[in-house]
Amino acid sequence: MSEFLQQLLNGLSLGAIYALIALGYTMVYGVLRFINFAHADLFMVGAFLGYFGGRLVPSGTLVGGLGVLALAMAGCAVLGIVIERLAYRPLRGAPTLNVLITAIGVSLLLEYSGQLVLGAAPRTFPDLFPAGRFNLGPVVVSTNQLVVIGVAVLLMVGLELIVHRTRIGTAMRAVALNPRAAQLVGINNDVVISFTFGLGSALAGAGGILYALNYPSIDPLMGVMPGLKAFVAAVLGGIGNIPGAALGGLLIGVVETYVGGSAWSTYKDAIAFAVLILVLLLRPAGLLGRVTVEKV
Amino acid sequence: MSPPLLHVSDLQVSYGAIRALSGVSFSIAAGEIVTLIGGNGAGKTTTLRALSGLVRASGTAEFDGQTLLGQPAHRIVARGLGHVPEGRMVFANLTVAENLAMGAYLDRDRDRVTRNREEVFALFPRLRERLRQTAGTLSGGEQQMLAIGRALMGNPRFLMLDEPSLGIAPRLITTIFEQIVAINRQRGITILLVEQNANLALEVSSRAYVLETGRVVMSGPSPELRADPRLKATYLGG
Repeated sequence: MSEFLQQLLNGLSLGAIYALIALGYTMVYGVLRFINFAHADLFMVGAFLGYFGGRLVPSGTLVGGLGVLALAMAGCAVLGIVIERLAYRPLRGAPTLNVLITAIGVSLLLEYSGQLVLGAAPRTFPDLFPAGRFNLGPVVVSTNQLVVIGVAVLLMVGLELIVHRTRIGTAMRAVALNPRAAQLVGINNDVVISFTFGLGSALAGAGGILYALNYPSIDPLMGVMPGLKAFVAAVLGGIGNIPGAALGGLLIGVVETYVGGSAWSTYKDAIAFAVLILVLLLRPAGLLGRVTVEKV
Repeated sequence: MSPPLLHVSDLQVSYGAIRALSGVSFSIAAGEIVTLIGGNGAGKTTTLRALSGLVRASGTAEFDGQTLLGQPAHRIVARGLGHVPEGRMVFANLTVAENLAMGAYLDRDRDRVTRNREEVFALFPRLRERLRQTAGTLSGGEQQMLAIGRALMGNPRFLMLDEPSLGIAPRLITTIFEQIVAINRQRGITILLVEQNANLALEVSSRAYVLETGRVVMSGPSPELRADPRLKATYLGG
């Protein structure tokens, strides 16, 4: 029983990170109908911003940690907006395949210029937040896990409020539902798309730091695997569906952690894809997705 | 005579190699209800889309003395040109209230937004009853009311309506057309109405243009066109 709870906690804290990344995939898909493969690399950039930002503040303090987190989120938001402006906006109206290939190109550019500038060797991520662990009944909780879950929950609640309670959030949903009608009420779709990239990239940046707190070895290719799993999570929840991405992320994190702790642990990276195949066979639109007919 | 509110001359639109409009010209004075009639593929919807900036067009189109063509759609809305698109295009997953709020996206004057909302409810009381419902669950007629209401929230001086009778129960068509006339008479909004239902369109409008394969083939006061034998044979069911 205690192991079950322990693994659940570990799984939820991993899943919360997948969820943060998955939200960016799903939001961008919502407004532009394509998968931004470079999204996973913003996660990596977030971790490196945390690494360098961590040198500027006293280590192991809550205030310093949150400051670095905010810095990394802001940096990733700006980078996400710039990427959209330079790489994707010129392709507005082009076939989706062209945009997808461009996204893969941007992803490779970030990964390998990362290796060029920062080197390929892994670096040890600093202790941004006060480190420690304590027992909660039979379960061992690390303060980093609390930070991960706390920050992830706050960000998701914040996102929910932005999407449902603000003018720009409602505009985001309007653009996702019908870009043409959105223009006809006076929404500047480009502004909304930039905002969406900024928001999604900020979440990926936060995800990068939270991931590095628990797996403190970072390198320029670190985004690839978590990014792929978060993409699976987004599809699993129903691509374009925001609560679906959060649910998908948590699910993948928990399942992966349980498998990792079992006799099948060798297959823990494969399990996300097995879950994906299973869900897509049973519910092709994803867990919370709705079956829609693609309009031509 | 005062200059027209909208003056369109030699409007041309192509979709790739296919020419949709080959030189459409017309003008509309402030306060009029003018209708564009014509069959499928005549270019009615394309004309409206060109004017509201959804498709690229050449030629000239002046609204209130200033050019429209080449401007992004969201700027054109801001200048007081509203467009209720074909197929209604309400935001299906948003509530009726949110759809109306989006209609007032550019309006920062909260008092005016509240007033406009009340005026929309006065025109279409049904919308007030459905306020918390998502737009996708409304009937076709109610969605049309919402689409018109959403456009009115943007304070238009000029409203373009694309096939408001399409796919709507006959009983609701009457209601909607009565309200279209009321919008024109009471709020002084100039209206350009695109319709396949030519009888209905000629009944409520003062003037009409007939489009065929991308050009204007006939125009005149609506009562005269209703009596025209050629038009009768083609569009008015004999």
